[in-house]
Amino acid sequence: MGPRFKLFVPLILFVVLALFLLRGLELDPREMPSALIDNPLPEFTLPSLGQDRLISRQDVVGRVVLLNVWATWCVSCRVEHPYLHRLAERGVPIYGVNYKDDDADALRWLDELGNPYVANIVDREGTLGLDLGVYGAPETYLVDAAGVIRYRHVGVVDERIWQTVLQPLYVELTDGAVNQ
Amino acid sequence: MIPEVGHFALILALCLALILALVPAWGAWRRNTAAMALAPGLAIGLLVFVGISFTCLSIAFLQDDFSVKVVAGNSNSLLPPIYKFSAVWGNHEGSLLLWALILCLWTSAVAVFSSQLPLLVLSRVLSVMGAVGVGFISFSLLTSNPFERLLPGAPADGNDLNPLLQDPGLIIHPPLLYMGYVGFSVAFAFAIAALLGGRLDASWARWSRPWTNVAWAFLSLGIMLGSWWAYYELGWGGWWFWDPVENASFMPWLAGTALLHSLAVTEKRGLFKSWTLLLAIFVFSLSLLGTFMVRSGVLTSVHAFATDPARGMFILLFLGVVVGGSLTLYAFRAPAVSSRVAFAWVSRETLLLLNNVFFLVATLTVLFGTLFPLIMDALGQGKYSVGPPYFNAVFVPLMALLVPFMGLGLVSRWKKDDPRRWRAELGVPAVVALACGVTFPLLGEHYNVWVALAVVLSAWLVLGLFKDFWYRVRGAATLGRGLRRITPSYWGMFMAHLGFAACVTGIVATSQYSIEHDLKMSPGDSEVLAGYEFRFIELTPVRGPNFVADEARFEVLHDGQPVASLAPQKRRYLATGSVMTEAAIDAGLFRDLYVAMGEPIGQDGAWAMRLHYKPLVRWMWLGAILMGLGGFTTALDKRYRRQRSPARVSGGEALHGA
Repeated sequence: MGPRFKLFVPLILFVVLALFLLRGLELDPREMPSALIDNPLPEFTLPSLGQDRLISRQDVVGRVVLLNVWATWCVSCRVEHPYLHRLAERGVPIYGVNYKDDDADALRWLDELGNPYVANIVDREGTLGLDLGVYGAPETYLVDAAGVIRYRHVGVVDERIWQTVLQPLYVELTDGAVNQ
Repeated sequence: MIPEVGHFALILALCLALILALVPAWGAWRRNTAAMALAPGLAIGLLVFVGISFTCLSIAFLQDDFSVKVVAGNSNSLLPPIYKFSAVWGNHEGSLLLWALILCLWTSAVAVFSSQLPLLVLSRVLSVMGAVGVGFISFSLLTSNPFERLLPGAPADGNDLNPLLQDPGLIIHPPLLYMGYVGFSVAFAFAIAALLGGRLDASWARWSRPWTNVAWAFLSLGIMLGSWWAYYELGWGGWWFWDPVENASFMPWLAGTALLHSLAVTEKRGLFKSWTLLLAIFVFSLSLLGTFMVRSGVLTSVHAFATDPARGMFILLFLGVVVGGSLTLYAFRAPAVSSRVAFAWVSRETLLLLNNVFFLVATLTVLFGTLFPLIMDALGQGKYSVGPPYFNAVFVPLMALLVPFMGLGLVSRWKKDDPRRWRAELGVPAVVALACGVTFPLLGEHYNVWVALAVVLSAWLVLGLFKDFWYRVRGAATLGRGLRRITPSYWGMFMAHLGFAACVTGIVATSQYSIEHDLKMSPGDSEVLAGYEFRFIELTPVRGPNFVADEARFEVLHDGQPVASLAPQKRRYLATGSVMTEAAIDAGLFRDLYVAMGEPIGQDGAWAMRLHYKPLVRWMWLGAILMGLGGFTTALDKRYRRQRSPARVSGGEALHGA
């Protein structure tokens, strides 16, 4: 325990950090907590953005929909937005969850950039976000006709994500609904 | 055929790197001059083979060889040739090869420009760099082979380069950034060589200073380019997002800044020896950590590469060997006793120590914020994301506290100074700086306290700089002779600090005074912003080589006089269907005018438009360029090019003991 001991401090700190990084490799930051997959969409009754009415779980379920968590403070959402338009044009119903945002800002955003959403759920306090386990915007949930969450994508939905991940699931789920 | 040649060259390069890592180091250990003398030749051979490999990959891209997996994934026959070339490093595999190439460039540069170094030191330094090369080349070969073929079934055309990367800024941004990142491996190698040899006097600091300064200069320019690119290419006028990938390049810069100053103290005064060694290891470790974060997928980021756990594991192992190994070496070999050189609390040493404390705290702050989501996740505390509010809240006060000491540091003396002398020296600059701060914001749109504060701080720094400069020049008979007396390293210091002041002013002014209007505009509409009238003249379809676009034409008038014609575009890239915003910018020293197109609204040609007025935004980048040029200038100093001492091989070290 002489003066040399303190020279070992950086090494010890590094070992601790390396253990965290090792653990980090096993975790996927984009992966959703497994508890939510195949669980029903949580109940909610929240205001509908820009409309004088409330929107609840019953309004959303009934067909296969995307639930897109967004906010005007979210930089990546701006990147994602044009692609949501393209999905909407193809007939994919998208509900927005305007997460921890200001209504006026959100309305201005939709005014400027266009509105690809069927409706927007105002989650000002982030309560729905909490139930969903949102940890950052944008996030997109695929909810089937029975109201069960089938997939969650964290980050921007773009052509690649849609083609490789969401669309196959979406097609499978919609076909299933037709067959029933 | 060509890709196979590249692959083979890379395998040969790995063999050379292995020999470089082992043989000269063995020679240095056994005092075998022949083995040590192999080092420079091996270093150059390594560069040649990695160079061949890189050239082969570039040829595959330029010739549209879509049977090569990375070419098919990241290029397209319609892509302009220059972007076909930059697509080489627009993907994980190719950019890793670029990393290795740049490492070899630095290694060869050390081999060529270090004739004054004792062979013993040179062979150890090159061996350490060779060992780093082994790590990266085997990483490339084992987990991310850029020459992998898609045979049979090569696609007829490629997926195209991510449109965000199809931009002149992005052609040179990664190479510059890597020059900086990887350049810190030189300081690292010198530190390890010093630890191995046990010769821990000031000489290693003098040898590694020019290399560190140049690496730091490259990194400054690289970061500046990245920020500038984000500003004009992403289309919302932001220039820094505290994204993990940005942080990955910013942390080595911050720690590198601490290292530059600490090296100065070690070289000039023989102080902080252990500390400087540790910093040199720390800075390069941060570079490696940055590589790990970007390529392993442990953190989410807007511009991370496609990730793969095998790669993450490889880099983590590599990180463990390099950082763990060097810190172990440090723990056993670094001088544990503090130097006998004394300095008073009121002295330049103390101020430079403060500089180190500030920059280190800043680095750790960014590191903590970047890794926080990972740490919480690993501890099972849930998922978090850390955003700009955290970074700004910690970073801004830290920098505001730093600058007063910077001004003081410039005029202070080594060893022992006198607070009364400071008061006498800096009384006038302090008053002038305050006066500048009070009056300057009056030129802006409205009075702003933050801008006033930034101007006070910058003026204080600049006045301190000029005061010191004047002291150095005035003693001479003529001004010309006085100026000639100033050394390149002083010029470099002067430019870098001036650049820092410009940067601070630019960042604060543009954050506080920017005006942004988002509105719906149809051709014929106009909007006034900060006295500038933006007239939306017309909307025309445009066709580019691999995209189609809507182009809006704007005329901008100031006091009725036309000042600019701007043509922002909304592009759709044909291969991927991605939609990109090309902002149009009228750049100026005092303000930028910025127009970006949002989305079309309705059928009658109306668009959502985003108009910005950004005062002094260029100062930030000009400041960063000045800092970079300053870093290059210091390396021109004559004292770094002294001839080799007569005690070439082992004499010096035998005296110092191993």
